[in-house]
Amino acid sequence: MVKNSVGRDIPEEIEKNYGVFENAFSRKPSYSRASGKVTAVHPGESKKLKNIREAIEKVGLKDGMTVSFHHHFREGDAVLNMVMEEIARMGIKNISIAPSSIANVHAPLIEHIKNGVVTSVTSSGLRDNLGAEISRGLMNKPVIIRSHGGRARAIESGEIHIDVAFLGAPSADEYGNANGVKGKAPCGSLGYARVDAKYADKVVILTDTLVPYPNTPMSIPQTDVDYVVVVDAIGDPDGIAKGATRITKNPKDLLIAENAAKVIEASPYFKEGFSFQTGTGGATLAVAKFLAEAMRKQNIKASFGLGGITQQMGDMLEEGLVETIIDTQTFDKGGIQSMIKNPNHYEIDAGYYANPGNKGAAVNMLDVVVLSALEIDTNFNVNVMTGSDGIIRGASGGHSDTSAASKLSIICCPLIRGRIPTIVEEVNTVITPGETIDVVVTEVGIAVNPKRTDLEEALRALSIPQFTLEELKEKAYSIVGKPAPIEYGDKTVAVIQYRDGSVIDTVKNIVE
Amino acid sequence: MTRHTVHQQGVAGTLESSDVQILIDQNSAGGIDINLTSSVEKQYGQQIRKVIMDTLKNLGVTDAKLQVQDQGALDCTIVARTIAAVHRASDSVSDIDWGELEEWNV
Amino acid sequence: MERLRRTMMFVPASNAAMMRDANLYGADSIMFDLEDSISLREKDTSRFLIYQAVKTLDYGNTETLVRVNALNAGGQDDIEAMVRAGIDAIRLPKTETAQDILDVEAIIAQTEKKCGREAGSTKIFAAVEGPLGVLNALDIATASERIIGIALGAEDYVTSMKTRRYPERNSEEIFFARSMIVHAARAAGIAAVDTVFSNVDDMDMLRKETEIIKQLGFDGKSVINPRQISVINSVFTPQQKEIENAENVMAAIEEAEAKGSGVIALNGKMIDKPIVERAQRVLQLAEAAGVWKEGEEIEW
Repeated sequence: MVKNSVGRDIPEEIEKNYGVFENAFSRKPSYSRASGKVTAVHPGESKKLKNIREAIEKVGLKDGMTVSFHHHFREGDAVLNMVMEEIARMGIKNISIAPSSIANVHAPLIEHIKNGVVTSVTSSGLRDNLGAEISRGLMNKPVIIRSHGGRARAIESGEIHIDVAFLGAPSADEYGNANGVKGKAPCGSLGYARVDAKYADKVVILTDTLVPYPNTPMSIPQTDVDYVVVVDAIGDPDGIAKGATRITKNPKDLLIAENAAKVIEASPYFKEGFSFQTGTGGATLAVAKFLAEAMRKQNIKASFGLGGITQQMGDMLEEGLVETIIDTQTFDKGGIQSMIKNPNHYEIDAGYYANPGNKGAAVNMLDVVVLSALEIDTNFNVNVMTGSDGIIRGASGGHSDTSAASKLSIICCPLIRGRIPTIVEEVNTVITPGETIDVVVTEVGIAVNPKRTDLEEALRALSIPQFTLEELKEKAYSIVGKPAPIEYGDKTVAVIQYRDGSVIDTVKNIVE
Repeated sequence: MTRHTVHQQGVAGTLESSDVQILIDQNSAGGIDINLTSSVEKQYGQQIRKVIMDTLKNLGVTDAKLQVQDQGALDCTIVARTIAAVHRASDSVSDIDWGELEEWNV
Repeated sequence: MERLRRTMMFVPASNAAMMRDANLYGADSIMFDLEDSISLREKDTSRFLIYQAVKTLDYGNTETLVRVNALNAGGQDDIEAMVRAGIDAIRLPKTETAQDILDVEAIIAQTEKKCGREAGSTKIFAAVEGPLGVLNALDIATASERIIGIALGAEDYVTSMKTRRYPERNSEEIFFARSMIVHAARAAGIAAVDTVFSNVDDMDMLRKETEIIKQLGFDGKSVINPRQISVINSVFTPQQKEIENAENVMAAIEEAEAKGSGVIALNGKMIDKPIVERAQRVLQLAEAAGVWKEGEEIEW
């Protein structure tokens, strides 16, 4: 066992493969960009195939290969399940899957894993059903969890090699030009998919809306695409893009959001031309409402908003509070409309968004990010992956990317959720190291990372009570009692890779 | 100390978040039997059982069967629901001995 | 200096989650309800719930009250429980006569004695909800040393008066009731709290109503949703001009005291006790709202 810099024990074989986490910017690599194979397509040759089976045959998918998917369709996705079902039916085994993330709707993967169709998984997240099974020890090989930026880095540097990318697209033409803004079930940005399209050996576009050539805009250009398959439905349009992401009415969340906005306002970063990223729900989204009010009052415009984009950001762009939106994933119909209508709303790929190894990602220019947490410990380490019961249920997402690179990272969380304290002695799983978290905002008060003496100074005059995390933890424990520690087994079921490729933590199986 | 004896079924609490529903009934086999389902079993299961047992002891209940559905209730809620269920089960709702309760309930 | 009661937030005593979070939202007073918001089936269990919660949880400096049932409908047990639990005040619903107060006081006093709580430490808050109570407001307000405030419950009142609420018409229908209550409160030297505003989505109307009752002299308003608190507080927050005037008054007092002069004048006007009290109250409200701090020069 090797202990890494956040105090987590990492098994030696894993340490040998990846190295252990030191600090957020200890690695400054140079790499040559990996590349996908290219097979020429001559004039007159058609890319259109009859069905998914033909695509699997034509790309030459064999046992042991790696396939990938994007998660822009979230809980509305039908593509991953359709493709995996066909792969299983064709008797192909031992597949590694590398989707950008996994949703609850992908629970059929559990059967595929049990049947040996899938034997290796890497993803940003494992939602409730699959996560619980993996926590119980479903897989022999541990799942590799990567952040959005980390996945892009791994693909661009060749650490992950994708044999076939099956990419759902709300609209495509017969030659493969695909985008997420047209069609029956638009999803907005195709940021994650664009990375796969560039680097996979074979790329199959699945769409339910075939449009006349040429389909514009060309989020995924035809030159990256081998085949096109038209299916009845890529997914459920309402699951793909919500009607509207509503600002929460929960008074506790609003209180937290208001506090967070006050922290941003009092920080040295709240000035003309600043940039920010909010969350997409609960308190982390409600911050946008209070922040917009402060921006109006003080006549401050943001140079850009980054995300994870919802209608709220689109409205701010429309109003002129934000000059540009840089969008890697669009969540609701309002956000999608903004991308379609507003020329200052730009789509970027996941590498541009957050790859720590490239020539400078968007997060590097970000001033303020507002994030949530399942757990935070007294060292400011954040867990967004495992519940307080030790079971995998969340996703790494862009959490560690944005918190590391931004100038001010704020965690919004309630002191307690039900009977579960959010501030704890030690988190179950470290996703984001404490050195990259600046301020924790709860409904009872805030805690500033002692490293940030500059912020402590700036926030001193705020009327919100300030505590140490130790004090907040004690407050939480005094209300709910100290939780019993979770009993884990010896089997490593997941490896948490920090954005730079080093291992920041592992997850063991739970004992039931 | 007033001994509460369980004569009939008594229920207190709801299935809402942060609450606990306690159903208490006679136990022909004697002793206390707690069947607990909790959303926070791993973290607080032991604590929840302890709080219920202590409260039953203080109320002088020696024989009872309990079905407990917990949705993350705090200790004070668990105590309250246990006291309420016991009073309903021992038919003492119209006859609450507050002084006696106060003796152990600090 | 008398405690502020700008907002009195209702919390049903049957809700375990709300009980725990009640103190988060900045209400000046929290009123746990065992009466109208609790179904008959849940009276006993809710009583134990709030009894245990008030005993165990820390509500900080926020004033805690409990609205009990009528004495012949469980109120006696409610009082026995909550006096023992350490509640600040018992709120009596549907108070009609001074005798109602005396009946409740007897039980409170008895319970204090039985459990060793300091005699007189449990206060009483009277809610007037009908025409008889309105007409008897002064008698009620002066019925006991323990009474700290009197509130209007307009819903039941307008029903008894064979009318309804007309917030859009400046609530003329409850003007008399409001007047009686605020007069009784001022004559008795206790707090006056206005009725709830039930449309939690209409913040504009809430603000209008709060401005009216502030003008009449009320101390505050009952609240049924945390979102209403900031609106009501902002109405009670003094303007910059008011604060400056109040500071000037206090400065004149200090100067006069230093000089040992008897009569104090400011800008040619005599400053007497009512003016001083008003100035002190303005500063108290300003401080509570966070817009003024004693001894500090604040940047506007």
